[in-house]
Amino acid sequence: MAEVRVEALTKTYGAAKALDDVTLAFPDGGFFGLLGPSGSGKTTLLRAIAGFVTPDRGRVLIGGQPVENVAVEDREIGMVFQSYALFPNMTVAENVAFGLEVRRVPQPDRARRVAEALDLVQLGALAARKPHQLSGGQRQRVAMARAIVTRPRVLLLDEPLSALDKALRVEMQVELKRIQREVGITTIFVTHDQEEALVLSDHIGILKDGRLIRHGPPRQVYNDPQDAFTARFLGEANLLSGTPEGQGLRLADGTLIPGLTRPILALRPEHLTLSATTPETPLRLRARLRQKIFAGAMGTCLLDWQGQTIKATGRDADFAALDEGQEVWIGWAPDRMIALAGD
Amino acid sequence: MTRALNLLGLVWLALVLVFLYAPILVMAAMSLNDSQFYALPFEFSTQWYEKLAENREILAAAWRSIWIACVVTAIATLLGTMAALALNRSAFPGKRLLQALLFPPIAIPWLITGTAMLVFFFGIGLGRGTPAVILGHVALALPYVIVTVTARLASFDPALAEAARSLGARPLTVATRITLPHIAPGVIAGALFAFAVSFDQFVVSYFLSEPGDTTLPVLIYTAIRKGFTPEINAISTLIILVSMAVMLLAARKSNFGGNR
Repeated sequence: MAEVRVEALTKTYGAAKALDDVTLAFPDGGFFGLLGPSGSGKTTLLRAIAGFVTPDRGRVLIGGQPVENVAVEDREIGMVFQSYALFPNMTVAENVAFGLEVRRVPQPDRARRVAEALDLVQLGALAARKPHQLSGGQRQRVAMARAIVTRPRVLLLDEPLSALDKALRVEMQVELKRIQREVGITTIFVTHDQEEALVLSDHIGILKDGRLIRHGPPRQVYNDPQDAFTARFLGEANLLSGTPEGQGLRLADGTLIPGLTRPILALRPEHLTLSATTPETPLRLRARLRQKIFAGAMGTCLLDWQGQTIKATGRDADFAALDEGQEVWIGWAPDRMIALAGD
Repeated sequence: MTRALNLLGLVWLALVLVFLYAPILVMAAMSLNDSQFYALPFEFSTQWYEKLAENREILAAAWRSIWIACVVTAIATLLGTMAALALNRSAFPGKRLLQALLFPPIAIPWLITGTAMLVFFFGIGLGRGTPAVILGHVALALPYVIVTVTARLASFDPALAEAARSLGARPLTVATRITLPHIAPGVIAGALFAFAVSFDQFVVSYFLSEPGDTTLPVLIYTAIRKGFTPEINAISTLIILVSMAVMLLAARKSNFGGNR
């Protein structure tokens, strides 16, 4: 186990900057999620830590030691690939044993550690199977067992769950979190799925066009996104822009939101309340209810306001009294307002 | 309508097979006919095979063909596999040019290749002889190995090699434990092709071998010019059996791109 740091990491492919001066510390024993749209540089960052990508500038430190002159095979990493990359001609047990075998771990010790790793991922019964005889979730577990059995200093996961279907993904998220807690290895994982990042990580970093936009504990980043990209990328947000005046923010329909000095007001859909009667607060907007979407216990309303769509989510019962096409009031609590800087 | 088309297709297939195999079958039958002059009715006899077994000249040429083909196979498979691995790796300067230059030898007429090689080998002082034959055969067989191994490498997930390295494996271990087992069918198919190209080679062998020290196809050609004997039918039938067995194996192993 070790802390991982990257300092001023830069990597250019032709004209495109895959990484642009990224400096970031990954805490020892933590579960760090790197999040961003495709092409944001998150996979390049992970591969630079692994050693598959040589940065143009900057450096990677594992356990305080610079690793630019350390080959991949000597970095003591464990890695889980998007395709799992299980060796097709080896059994589950042989796959897991491979890292111990090339390290020349003696046989009795090797067998014991393979069994332990397979037990940890609850696959002990399938040790003799070949990868093609396993389901997607089982392959994922084998890939995990193979990556942790060598007791690496850092565990790198490249979109580890993206090949699984939704239900299995949620199950494996819980599993991954449990396994990571049990082994306590510093873990860095890449995902484009913001929900997955929020569920798994105790620290997230958001990348865009090779730059690190924001990082911190997920709840803190979610509640206080600071910029429009983070607000929209992490969860959903209605962004209302206006003109800052002396007393507050003047929105497009003339409403004055007191106390705000930044040009963009972000409101999470789940923080909006809809009512037919006028709320007793200046924090309100008049909008037309365009569409009600029923989705079981929860529902979504789409509203038209000043040529913009505003989204509100809540329990279906809360929207029962409202009809499509009706003019309604949108309200929210003062502490739910997120003020953002302009783009 | 479709039934009629199906029937037409079957007839067509039958005609193609007759066209391909009738001469061979006639030759095989005549190698077992007693008459030296293809006289009918057919009288079964193994005398031509017995005569073949006593013909030292033919046996020596056959033996030479076999060991030359084995040497060629070993060299061409090793070089071709290494070339395919190199071409599969990330870009290096001149890669496209090299790829473009590796395949025309398949299309250049062997007569031209043979003439050019003869001129070249005399130019560099190597002249005719077995080393020249081996070099010539390797040059002809190499593209076949590269093609079959490259086809197999195309289905190799590079993440497998990366996974092995992340687990601590050195490049040589990655090559022997991960890459080679995957491309083995392609390597074997390439080796069988190389063997067949060398063993069946006439034109280049004819140009490059010394008189009296020739390979089997060249000997057969000279024998026919001197006067035909059914012994030639016998040895040709044997060659065809060996060649077809090798080619069928190669086709099975390379699977021509499909998966099993």
